[in-house]
Amino acid sequence: MKEETLWYIFLNASLINNFVLAYFLGICPFLGVSGKMETATKMGGAVTFVMIISSVCAYGIHALLVAVNAPFLQLISYIVVIASTVQLVEMFIKKMSPTLFRALGIFLPLITTNCAILGLALFQTNKGYGFVESFVYALGAGAGFTLALVLIAGLREQLNLADVPNVVKGTALTLLIAGILSLTFMGFAGLGSQ
Amino acid sequence: MTILIALASLGSLTLVLAVMLIVANKKLYVYEDPRIDNVEDMLPHANCGACGYPGCRPFAEALVEGKVLPGKCTVSTEEGREKIAHYLGVSLGAEEKIVARLACAGGSNVAINRAEYKGIESCSAASLVSGGGKGCFWGCLGYGDCEISCDFDAITMNENDLPVVDVDKCTACGDCVEACPKDLFSLQPVSHRLWVACKNLEAGDEILEECQVACTACGRCAMDAPGNLIEMKNNLPVVNYREDHRTQVPIQRCPTGAIVWLDDKLGVVKGKDSKKIIRKGKRKTGYS
Repeated sequence: MKEETLWYIFLNASLINNFVLAYFLGICPFLGVSGKMETATKMGGAVTFVMIISSVCAYGIHALLVAVNAPFLQLISYIVVIASTVQLVEMFIKKMSPTLFRALGIFLPLITTNCAILGLALFQTNKGYGFVESFVYALGAGAGFTLALVLIAGLREQLNLADVPNVVKGTALTLLIAGILSLTFMGFAGLGSQ
Repeated sequence: MTILIALASLGSLTLVLAVMLIVANKKLYVYEDPRIDNVEDMLPHANCGACGYPGCRPFAEALVEGKVLPGKCTVSTEEGREKIAHYLGVSLGAEEKIVARLACAGGSNVAINRAEYKGIESCSAASLVSGGGKGCFWGCLGYGDCEISCDFDAITMNENDLPVVDVDKCTACGDCVEACPKDLFSLQPVSHRLWVACKNLEAGDEILEECQVACTACGRCAMDAPGNLIEMKNNLPVVNYREDHRTQVPIQRCPTGAIVWLDDKLGVVKGKDSKKIIRKGKRKTGYS
């Protein structure tokens, strides 16, 4: 297999194998926090932030676990480490920047146990990424998540004004457009075949 | 052997993380005045923003810091405000009750529609289509965006498709002011009893074709009012509310009843020369 460039890793995580629309991870914030464009962008930013932190943590923990010859503890250690690191970062932000805390505050605890975060950590280990590659992978995954959230938030804001039949109003409509968005992202699969 | 490694590594990992969090909790502890929580509990939790703060919590913070007085919260009851004032040891800072008022009296029994609007039953949507089809460009469209926007059930649409504000329930949160696409609502102290219930900016009697209770900018109220209590600006009377001028004189000669006196007991009082409106049903759409 061809050596993966950093740019390809970024593109892969954000578009070709978008976490939300291709892997179907992190669906609950995708449906829950996508009602308004403003909250969607904030949520996207918070997720990207947490993804980068957990990716770095996962890299370190993986190295440790390999050293003590217990890689089967991967899953449980990732959960513990990510949850407590995010908790720590939350306290740190609360102390250092109250404004940033108000913007991200309610989202951070929501994200910690999200499957997209854990998925990212597990994927990067399986793919055997190094430190820089993991970092870029997390950045791409975060950008992809934000993109998906912003896209669906924009669609939902527009559809609020549209004349929609009663049967598909609300959640049903959101799921429909989520499906169509996912179909659209299938088109990016062509980018990956070289 | 494997189980020992698992126990040891996971145990030490959680221990390290727990210690880290405990230390961080102590080091990074942000002190918050415990009174903020107590004051917030005493507030109505309506988060309406009538006080000028984003919600009850920021208002409670401002109260504890002494930046505002409890009277600013128009939603709490008299006892609630006194409780907070007593708790913080500050004066009540009683403010006069403010209510939302509609500057239009053109219900469907007096105002005519020149075009029929068919679409989403909403004022903001209707107003986008050539102003909504009402003969008077400035008038209330009557689809009740304000009624929907009101969180306190203080606004109801009457039989003539005009919103009526329940003064007791109104908290002056200002949601209806924002909801109305015609900018007909404004927040007024209840003592402002002289009220111009019209926003028509055209001078002359032609507007009466569109609405029988419109202001024709005849200027009689301004002439009759003592001093400069009322001035004509943009073809509408503007009342310069002052303490010493509470008089019903200006409304008496108004030919259409566009300027009214809002009485606690009698409701809307029109001048004795104003024409009486006895029509009950809707006026027809189109030209007659």
